[in-house]
Parts: sequence; structure tokens; C-alpha cells
Amino acid sequence: MDLAATILVDGLIYAGWLFIVSVGLTLVFGVLNILNIAHGSLYAIGAYASASMVGAYFALGGEAFPYGSYVAMILAALLVALVLGPLLERGLLRFFYGRDEVLNVLVTYAVFLILEDVMKLIWGVNPYFVYEPYTLLGDVEIGPLFYVGYDFAVIAAAIVVGLAVWLTLNKTRVGKVVLAVIHDSEMSQTMGVNVQRIYLGAFMAGTFLAALGGALTAPMISVTPGLGVNVIIVAFAVVIIGGLGSVPGAAIGALMVGISRAASVHLMPEAELFIIYFVMAIVLLFRPEGLFAKTQARKI
Amino acid sequence: MMKSRIGGLLAATTLAVGMAGPAAAADDTFKIGVITFLSGQAAESFGVPAWNGGKLLVDMLNEGGKLPAPYDKMGFGGMKIEAVIVDEAGGATKQVQEFRNLVQREEVDAVVGYVSSGDCLAVPPVADELKAFTILYDCGTPRVFEDGSYEYVFRTAAHATMDNVSLARYLKSRDFDVPSFAGLNQDYAWGQDSWADFTGAMKQLYPDAEVKTALFPKFGAGQYGTEISALLREKPALVHSSNWGGDLQGFLIQATARGLHKRAQLALAAGDHVIPQLQDKMPDGIFLGARGVNGLAAYARGGELKQLTDTMWDAYEAEYNTFPVQAPFRMWQALFGLKTAVEKAMADNGGTKPTSEELAAAMKGLSWDAPSGRIEMALADGHQAIQPNAIGTTKWNADTGKMELVDVEYYDARCVNPPEGMKSQDWLAQGFPGAECD
Repeated sequence: MDLAATILVDGLIYAGWLFIVSVGLTLVFGVLNILNIAHGSLYAIGAYASASMVGAYFALGGEAFPYGSYVAMILAALLVALVLGPLLERGLLRFFYGRDEVLNVLVTYAVFLILEDVMKLIWGVNPYFVYEPYTLLGDVEIGPLFYVGYDFAVIAAAIVVGLAVWLTLNKTRVGKVVLAVIHDSEMSQTMGVNVQRIYLGAFMAGTFLAALGGALTAPMISVTPGLGVNVIIVAFAVVIIGGLGSVPGAAIGALMVGISRAASVHLMPEAELFIIYFVMAIVLLFRPEGLFAKTQARKI
Repeated sequence: MMKSRIGGLLAATTLAVGMAGPAAAADDTFKIGVITFLSGQAAESFGVPAWNGGKLLVDMLNEGGKLPAPYDKMGFGGMKIEAVIVDEAGGATKQVQEFRNLVQREEVDAVVGYVSSGDCLAVPPVADELKAFTILYDCGTPRVFEDGSYEYVFRTAAHATMDNVSLARYLKSRDFDVPSFAGLNQDYAWGQDSWADFTGAMKQLYPDAEVKTALFPKFGAGQYGTEISALLREKPALVHSSNWGGDLQGFLIQATARGLHKRAQLALAAGDHVIPQLQDKMPDGIFLGARGVNGLAAYARGGELKQLTDTMWDAYEAEYNTFPVQAPFRMWQALFGLKTAVEKAMADNGGTKPTSEELAAAMKGLSWDAPSGRIEMALADGHQAIQPNAIGTTKWNADTGKMELVDVEYYDARCVNPPEGMKSQDWLAQGFPGAECD
């Protein structure tokens, strides 16, 4: 297996994971116009919830059908979305719609800090492990290298998530309503659209996607406090490259970051961190709005 | 009338402030400020187990007669030990403030603390300014005393150079063939310094070994798939890592799932602390260090310190339902050293509670026994400890359901630490001059 192919495979695996953790961030920004710093915490809570649910699944005799643990992971993400989505959107964020974007960033940053401590209160500081789902899908041999089948399942999950979000937005009635709200929420309201419900639905979808990212990551790591910090930084880089609010942009951004990072690790490991932000800087140099964001006239 | 009212208010306020502030420890109490990570990523691996061990030892000492001689007397020289515990999370600036609080408001008699090298570099100048007796119990950076000199500050654990020199010596003593090696270390001072120490030692012991790649993923990266691919492609004979905590656990889970441990020898400079979490998920055959003769290496050692080690080991297991890894051992050696210094100072001053000056004079050049071996304040004009080290190989015992360390090699402190007056990097570059190995 030559170097280029290795870089491509590694890059795709990383990009798949990156897309899942980024697409919810860009969706929430697109609909609610909120840059949600707490997205990192929702990712971490998804990981903890997944670890707990999978642990409970095996404790209740799941060994007989271990593949059921994947259902437990998805249910964990769903549970996080059903509990935290309404709580955060109805209980807090709706009071800040239409306010300064910087204020919203500060509010979600406060939520991020609160949730970090909430996680410690619920799950403590000791790590959680759920390896079983990581090794269930066997190995994939590509040339001289072994990959874990789970890595490719994450790519498949990213494709499913991407298609589902894109098709929902562009090919369904609900999606068209969401797009109308994105375009002009006041006009949509006058046409009879329940904008509040759209906001709630979009935020719950974003929460689900963040938690799903964490849930899918849990089996390959030790789930410990502080998990969400690094994720939110790299997820920001991805959505800024792709253009805030653009789902195809998040996909292209994830691919660019994933493949350039993989190339760096193989060819110039000392530039691994630099390369992500270098790519971002180059894109912003030529497309200050990101690759796929529509240029907007500035209101004066 | 107004004047006397104001005067009365002032007097009442002064009294209230005086009553609210903590009184200095009485002469029958020795008050220590303990600073370690109670939250954040280093809490689970180092801070919490360290203080679990520290609290256990303080309770045992306060009860008296729980430990073998010379630690069988109650407290510190008959004084009850009182500990004030502070979370190390929050960065060096916050820690300097916390240190001032401990010394000036809590009026502690000694400070024992710091896992983070950043904190260990920030606090000593303030300790000397306040003339506060301070023990750095855990941090690894050699720079504390190689780049500075302090009167009231002591480090009771060896610095990190020892870990990687021991690892390289282990390879040599086991006749392990190393035509090439690679590294995966965290991208901050600890990881970078560990890799520099390891490559420096390897250059002397394996001058022909080729460095295939040096990877420095971001601290807390979590995902190591690409790095593992790079290591599998490069086919090094050995992979060195000083990763710790969640980063090490994540790396091991992903690396073993992809068979890296079957294609390259894994050598972990400081990896013993993940055994309680990983259990049998930690593969057999890993070369493992614990930053001293700590944890399983201490338990397997036997010898004259067996009674002391077993006493602490059994008490820790009974209290916390897990075995002690490296962090409690380093806390123990600090507290045993402090006890020895207090009692030496009291023997010299007629039996009163020692001042910071008396404590510093007693601690300088001191040596004492701890479960991790003989600790000698042999470097930095008696302010920096050296200690023996051990490296072993992991082996899961399916019968007992416990991880064991086999083929353990023990190294004398003077074999794996630089001599007095020589910087670590110079010592490595010059081929370990003055090293005393059997």
C-alpha cells in the first residue's frame, strides 16, 4: 500500500469522525445563528452516555448479542438530545435570539463550563471504557496495514448522517420550512410557520449530532473529563473552512482537514497542528466567508 | 459620641477579622498545605491517587504505631499532622496565588505539592520570597534546579531524565535488538523532554539505531489512527511513549486493536498508572516504567523495605479497593522525607516545632527510606532527590485476575541519574560520566 493510499484512508477515517462532530455545529449556526461553544460538552456528554448505556447493555446480558451495543450508542445520543436539547434551547437560548452574536458565544461558553462540571458530578473523574463495540467488526487488511473495521463504520455513519441532513433540508417539506426560516424568520412567521418549533427541532438535531459524535468515539478512547475541549476547536476549524451554516461545507472542510492532517503526520509530523490552521488560513484568504457560505450584503 | 462609636466599630471589625482568619498551627500541630490535581485530566491519573495515598499516610501517622520503625512514632515528632488540600487545576498564575494564601492566610508550616512542571517552575521563586519551606513532590522537569537555585524549595522525587535512561538501559540489559525506533509523545514540555532524554540515552547505548519517526500528537488528542498507521508503515523495532492518563489509555486501546504491539515493542516510560483502568486490555510484553521503584515494581522488590511497602500497599488496597500506582508512592516519599526532616530539626533545636530555616537546614542533603527505595537529596546542593528506578514487562495473570510485572530490572539511583553539578542533557551527550552501575 503506497503512501498516498495510506494518507487517503487515514484522512477519510479522520474526516468521517470530524464531519459527524462538526455538522451539528454548522446546522445550529445556520438555523439559530448561534455559534454553540457548548457543542463540545454535548459531544462529551454523548460519549459518557454512550459508555454508560453500552456498559449497562453488557451488564444486562448483552454478550449474547453484542451488536445490540450499537443500538445502545445511538439511543444514548438520542437521550442526550431529548433531555438537553429542549432544556438548553427552551430554558436558555431562546431568550438570546436576535441579540449580539458575541453575547451568544459567551452564553454558550458559560453553558460549556457548567456542563463540564455537571459531567464530573454525574460521572466523576474516573475514566469509562467500552471497548467491545470497537473490536466487534473485525480487522480490515489494506496492504501491509491493519485497520479496525469500526473505523470504516464511522465513515459509513458520516455518509449516512450527511445524506440524511442534506436530504431532509432539501427534499422534504420540513426541510423547505427550515430553509425558509434560515432565509427570513420574520417573514416565515407571518406566513404561519411556527419558528419556535423549528428552532427547537434544529437545536435538538444539532445536539443529537454532537452526542452521536461522542457516542461513536467512546469505544475507541477512555472517556475522561475535558474530552470536549479539543473537539470544539477542531470542529470550529472545519465549519469555518466550509462556511458557517453549510452542510456540504462541513463535509468538504472535514475532508480537507482530515487529509491534510494525515499527510502531515506521515510526511512532516512536526507540522500536524499547524497544517489544520494553515489550510483554514489559506481558505479564508481567498474566501473570507468560507468555501460554501453565501456572501451576504452588510447591513449598515 | 460619634468618635467612640467609630472606635468601637473598628475594634469590633478588627476582632472579627482576627477571629475569622485561621490561627497559626499550635505547637502540637504541624500544618501542611497539599496541592495536587483534584480536577482536570491529571486528577484521575496522578492527583487523586496521590492524595488518597497522602491522606491514608497522614491518618496512619497521626494514629501512631501503624508503621515499622523509624516511622512508628506519632505524627511529625509527636505533633499531629493537619492537612489543607488545594486543587492544582487552574494554571501557574492561580497556583502562585494559592501558594501565597496557604503561607500567609492559612499559615501552614510546610507546603507539599505540584504535579505540573509549569507550577513547579512558577512557585519556587515565591517560596523563597516568603521563606516558606516547600516540597515539590511529583513534577518531572529537570529545569527547576538545573536553571535555578532555591533555599527553601526541595524536590523529593527524581526528575524525568531517570525514566528514559532506565528504559534505554533496560533494552540493553535485556539484549533487545533495536535497529530502529520511533516515538509518540504528547506535544508539550513533558513529551518533548522525555523524547529528547530517550533519544539522548539511545544515542549512547544504541548509536546505530535509526529514528524512524517522532510523532507529537496534541495533548488530549484522543484519536491516534493516523499516528498508528505511520508507526505501522515505518516498522520501527520499538515505539517509545511517555504519554499518560487518557492519552495513554486511548493510544493503547487503538494501537492494540490494530496490532501495533505485535509488530513493534512498546516501551512506556511512565505507564504503570493506567493498569488499574485497563486491566487485561493492557497487552502483555510492554516494557513499563513507573517513574521510580513504584507500584508493581515496588511490590515485587522485597528486601529490607518489604515491611514498609507491604504495610502501605495493604492499607491502600483495603481503603480504596485498588493497588497504589506511582502517584501515591511519590506522595509517600515526600511525606516520609518531611517527617524525617522535621524530627531531625527537632532533635537539633531541643524539641520545638522547627522554623522554615531549621527545616531547610535539616532537609538539605537528607536521605531516608520510602516504599519506593532510598531517597537521597544528592543533587542541586542537597535540594534535588535521586532515587532508584525499575523497568519491567507486563504480564496478565489470568488465574489471579491481576497484572504482574515480570523480568524487572532495578537500577541504582547513581546509575540512572546525573551526578551533582551536571545538567541532564550534558550528562546524556557525554555518555553518562560518573554513572555507577553494577
